[in-house]
Amino acid sequence: MKKNLIEISKLSKKYKNGLIALNNIDLSIKKGEIFALLGPNGAGKSTLINILCGLSHHTSGEIIINNLDLVKNRKKIKSLIGLVPQELHLEAFETVFDNINYSRGLWGKKRDDKYILNLLKKLNLETKKNSLLMQLSGGMKRRVLIAKALSHNPEILFLDEPSAGVDIELRKEMWEVIYNLKKEGVTIILTTHYIEEAEEIADKVAFINNGKIILVEDKNILLKKLGDNKLVITFKNKIKKLPEYIKNYPCELSDDKKNVEILLSKEKTELSSILIDLKKDSNFLDFNLKKRSLESIFVDFIKRKNHD
Amino acid sequence: MINLLAIKAIYNHEMNRTKRTILQSIISPMLSTSLYFVIFGSAIGSRIKEIDGVTYGMFIVPGLLMLNLLTQSVSNGSFSTYFPKFNGTIFELQAAPISGVEMIIGFVGATATKSILLGLLIIVTASFFIDLNILHPLLMVFFLLMTAITFSLFGFVIGLWADNFEKLSLIPLIIITPLVFLGGSFYSINMLPEIWQKISLLNPVLYLVSGFKYSFYEISDVSIWTSIITILLILFILIVITLLIFKKGYNLRN
Repeated sequence: MKKNLIEISKLSKKYKNGLIALNNIDLSIKKGEIFALLGPNGAGKSTLINILCGLSHHTSGEIIINNLDLVKNRKKIKSLIGLVPQELHLEAFETVFDNINYSRGLWGKKRDDKYILNLLKKLNLETKKNSLLMQLSGGMKRRVLIAKALSHNPEILFLDEPSAGVDIELRKEMWEVIYNLKKEGVTIILTTHYIEEAEEIADKVAFINNGKIILVEDKNILLKKLGDNKLVITFKNKIKKLPEYIKNYPCELSDDKKNVEILLSKEKTELSSILIDLKKDSNFLDFNLKKRSLESIFVDFIKRKNHD
Repeated sequence: MINLLAIKAIYNHEMNRTKRTILQSIISPMLSTSLYFVIFGSAIGSRIKEIDGVTYGMFIVPGLLMLNLLTQSVSNGSFSTYFPKFNGTIFELQAAPISGVEMIIGFVGATATKSILLGLLIIVTASFFIDLNILHPLLMVFFLLMTAITFSLFGFVIGLWADNFEKLSLIPLIIITPLVFLGGSFYSINMLPEIWQKISLLNPVLYLVSGFKYSFYEISDVSIWTSIITILLILFILIVITLLIFKKGYNLRN
C-alpha cells in the first residue's frame, strides 16, 4: 500500500473579515496519485492549494508533507512543490526559455539547458523558446506555466484549474502530460471545474463545498458505488403526468414531456417490473440505460449538502 | 542553507530587465545629468563665484550624483518589487523556497548595481565638463555603495507597501526629490539664513550630500563622521523595517 505524502488534519482558514474559507478539513493524499479537488466557485479549493504551496497561512490545524510539518519546514517543503496557478500571470517582455530558467533558479537548481529544452519539447513549446511571453496565445501561456512549475523537477505538482480557457485539443494534450508525470512518480493535485477532467484523469476525488470536504473517494469506487444506472424512457406523445407504474420511483420528466429519466437502485431490482409495465403502455416508444457521470454525482451531492 | 542560486536568478532577472530598458534606466539619467552640467556648470555656473574654494561646476558634482543615486535607487527598487505584484508573478516568489533575506539580496543587489553603474557613468560624464579631482576615492566609493544599497532597500520597502502606481511615485516625488534639493546639493547651507541652516540639519540627505562633498573636495556642511553614522543608521533602520515586513507578511500574503 502506498504511503500518504500529504496529511492534513483539522485545517481551518479564517480571514480577518470573519470569512471561514476552510473549516476543519481532514485529507490525505498518497504518493504518486492524481487527486482532483472538485467544488463550486468559492468552495475553498484555491485557498487550500495556496496554503499547501505556502502562498497563504492557515489559522489552525496541521499539515504534514513528506513527513515534514509545513509550519516548521516551509522552505524544505516548498522545494518539493511546483504550482500552476489559475491565472496566466507571466512577465511580458521575457523569452519563454529565459523565464523558465528563471523559475528553475528560484527553486535553487543549477541551470540545465538540456533539461529545459526537453521539457519544452514535451509540452510542444520548442518552437516558441525564443518568443516573448506576450506574443503567446492563452493556451501556450498555460503550457509555459506548466513548464515553469516542472522546471525544478518537483515531487508534487499543484494545478489550479489547469483547463480554464483551454480548448479541448490542448486539454487532452495536458492530460497526456499529467499521465506521463504520474508515470514518473509525480503526485498531482488539481482543482477543476471540468468534472469530465476529473473523471478522465483522477485516481481519487474530493468534493469541497463551503470550506468543508464533503466526500473523498477513489474515483472508480465512487462511480461504481454512486454511478448507478439511469433508465431513460421515451414516449410517442407528450405526457401530461407520470404514468402510475413509475411515479413512485425517483424520476424526472424532460422539458419536451416525452422523456422520463428514472434513477435506478444499485441492484436494479425495479427494472424488470418497469419493463413489464412499459410493454403494456401504448404510448411507450423506446428505452435506454445510462450510466451516471461523475458530474451528476457531484451535482447531487452539492444539492443534497446545501439542502441539509 | 542560503539559496544562492535563487539570489543569482533574481539578480540576473532584474539585470536583464535593465538591459531591456537601458534607455530608461541608464541613458535617460545620464542625459539629464549632462544637461545640468551644461546649464548650471558651464552656462550659469561660470557666472557664479567659487563656493568653499571650488568652482560651481565642481561643487554640484556630488549633489548631482546624490540626486541621481537616490531617485534612481528608490524608483528602480520600488518598481522591481511592485511590478511582480502588479502583473501577478509574485505568486512564484511566494511559492519558491526563498527567504525574505534572499529576496532582499537579489532585488536590492540588482537595483544597487544599476545605481552604482549609473553613479560611475555620471562621474565619467562630469569629467568631460569639469576638472574632476577626487581627494578621497575610497570614501567616495564607500558613500556610493552605501547610498545605493540603502536607498535601493528603501525602494524595495516602498514597492512592498505600494498597491498602485500613484503610491509608487509618491515618495520619490514628494519626499526624496525635495530633500535632495534642500539638502545642500546645489549650495552650501552656510549661504542660508541661520534659522534655515538649523532647519536644514533636520534633513538626513544633507548629511549624505555633505559626506560625498567631503570625499570629493574635503568640504562639508557637517562632520564626516556624522555623515558616516547617518548613512549606517538609515541602512540599519531600513533593514529592521524590511525584516518586520517579511515577518508579518505585510502586502505579500493574504
